[in-house]
Amino acid sequence: MAQIVLKQIEKSFKQEKIIENLNVTIEDGSFTVLVGPSGCGKSTTLRMIAGLEQQSGGEIWIGDKCVNGVEPGKRNVAMVFQNYALYPMMTVKENIEFGLVNRKVPKQERERLIKEITEIVGLSEYLNKKPQALSGGQRQRVALARAMVKNPAVFLMDEPLSNLDAKLRHQMRTELIQLHKRLGATFVFVTHDQVEAMSMGDRIVIMNKGQIQQADSPMKIYDDPDNVFTAQFIGTPPMNVIHREAIFPYMEGQLHSDIHQVGFRPEKAMMTMEKKPIAGCVQFSARILTRETLGAEIIYQLEAKLGLVAVKSFLKPLEFANEVQISVPMKDLYYFDHEGKRARQYERSEERELVALGGGYA
Amino acid sequence: MTVWSRLRPYVMVAPSIAVFSIFFIYPIFYMIFLSFYNWDFINPVKEFVGFNNFVEMFQNSEFLQVLTNSLNYTILSVSLSIVISLGLAMWLNREGAWYGFVQGALFSPHIISLVSVSLVWMWLMDPKFGLLNAILEMFGMQKLDWLSSPDSSLLSLVLVAVWKGVGYNALIFIAGLQSIPKDMYEASALDEANRWRTFYKITLPMLSPTLFFLIIINLIGSFQVFETIAIMTNGGPVNSTNTLVFYIYEYGFRYFKIGYASAAGVVLLLVVGLLTLVYFKLLSRRVHYQ
Ligand SMILES: Nc1ncnc2c1ncn2[C@@H]1O[C@H](COP(=O)(O)OP(=O)(O)OP(=O)(O)O)[C@@H](O)[C@H]1O
Ligand SMILES: [Mg+2]
Repeated sequence: MAQIVLKQIEKSFKQEKIIENLNVTIEDGSFTVLVGPSGCGKSTTLRMIAGLEQQSGGEIWIGDKCVNGVEPGKRNVAMVFQNYALYPMMTVKENIEFGLVNRKVPKQERERLIKEITEIVGLSEYLNKKPQALSGGQRQRVALARAMVKNPAVFLMDEPLSNLDAKLRHQMRTELIQLHKRLGATFVFVTHDQVEAMSMGDRIVIMNKGQIQQADSPMKIYDDPDNVFTAQFIGTPPMNVIHREAIFPYMEGQLHSDIHQVGFRPEKAMMTMEKKPIAGCVQFSARILTRETLGAEIIYQLEAKLGLVAVKSFLKPLEFANEVQISVPMKDLYYFDHEGKRARQYERSEERELVALGGGYA
Repeated sequence: MTVWSRLRPYVMVAPSIAVFSIFFIYPIFYMIFLSFYNWDFINPVKEFVGFNNFVEMFQNSEFLQVLTNSLNYTILSVSLSIVISLGLAMWLNREGAWYGFVQGALFSPHIISLVSVSLVWMWLMDPKFGLLNAILEMFGMQKLDWLSSPDSSLLSLVLVAVWKGVGYNALIFIAGLQSIPKDMYEASALDEANRWRTFYKITLPMLSPTLFFLIIINLIGSFQVFETIAIMTNGGPVNSTNTLVFYIYEYGFRYFKIGYASAAGVVLLLVVGLLTLVYFKLLSRRVHYQ
């Protein structure tokens, strides 16, 4: 069993502090996705768990053992690198076998493991090829097989899908999810792609500038973000966030002075032609700037007095008018305080429907 | 205009072609031509002797000893130089002012003229007044004869060659080591490879293009050793350090047996030509581990 606990982790490169006071628990057997913008310290965090990078402070626990100072090979983790890091001078088989030989696994056992694993990842025909002779997807499978053959308690993956084309990436996502189900090991998956994060993780850890913004299930993060960053990082288009001064005139005077920003999801806004008051809604008129038709859904970029907003509509005909009326139910508003944190105590969220509509993160 | 634009490239390269032909191509063919004659430089008549020079040479025990010396010298100096410089490169391949300094210090012999190097080492190796023996004596060890005994003379020359070449080789090795992706080592650390396995299975194969390059370059250079021998030993004592180029020089310019010297030159040409061929063959398959 291997739950991973990071306690007050700190990391500096020379003088520069990259990560400070990072605390997170990655549950045993979970598929945890580490997501955040470029340079926020995802890879560094992952590499510290693997032992490839030494943390400047704090403790890392894998299972019931503190692994500070334990070599990478002895942590019972396997890693899949972004560019796979296959050994170019070895064949596929030798790549997979290398770790087993180092661990002095007997030859018969090695052959059995390799056969078993290459069948799972569909590489049986390529055993004697060098990595150069393989496609991106096949290389990725070799990297996976090399990790799997260790039978580790923890799989660490640093953007393993980012070098693949869209179709292959989609396929590999599904395969990884199935693999996780089959192995039951703890998966830690790094990506900067929020769609990938939402579709793969059963737990998402959102990072920004070396700090954890929120760690929760995907739906929880979408429906109940802890702060402005999370609210805007997850969801396409991102949540509309409007300053208090701009939205105040439309709020019938009900806005607590602690509330600094107000947000709403693009799909929660209703778009109508005629101006008719609806109770319990924030209403304003807006001009359509652009229309993106994505099939079942349409995304409008609008310009209103209170700023630019995005609206998403489902299964409705394309709106051709220039001027439209926007109504957003008060219960779908998110309030944020001066530090960008959620101010839940002021929200009228008790009636909120906690199932976000599909799309956006399919 | 069009004639000029057609001719221009040829006119442009003509000077270098001319220089190359006069100083490289012509002498090679002239040497091959001379190897079939007896000539003493002065006599206007060159006597054609066919393959006699070659036959005579390969029956001459002195020449066979020269070939053996060349081979011993080459194998010893190349293997020692490669092994030592690879070790140094692995040690120096890290950050820090100290490592930069050591690297620079090791490289400096490469830019010093071989003549000065030879003179300095001759003095260091002097059996009576040399520094090396003084040091040996200081530690209570037996003095060595260095250049003055046939048992140690060739080894002493190898020592000088290694000392002079190691810095350059190490520099090239360091460049090669730095081009190995770091994640190879991270992957092998996760695969629990120990240091020896990592070196043998990752570093060495990834370094093979550099390794081959250096081996060939060093082989060619060693086979053509001349200055140190001419200055430090004159081929002696008792022929123990007489190698091919020095042998050619002696027969050509001391004994004035140009035909015979040319025949030995042809042998040298074949050996070096063969090594060069091997090198270009390997170069065309730049990355050997693929
Ligand atoms: N070896 C290093 N030396 C100095 N700074 C480093 C080093 N490695 C990473 N950093 C810095 O640490 C920060 C976090 O880097 P990290 O690679 O963890 O980002 P990331 O979240 O993985 O980004 P990306 O999505 O682009 O891969 C960056 O600002 C980077 O410049
Ligand atoms: Mg990264």
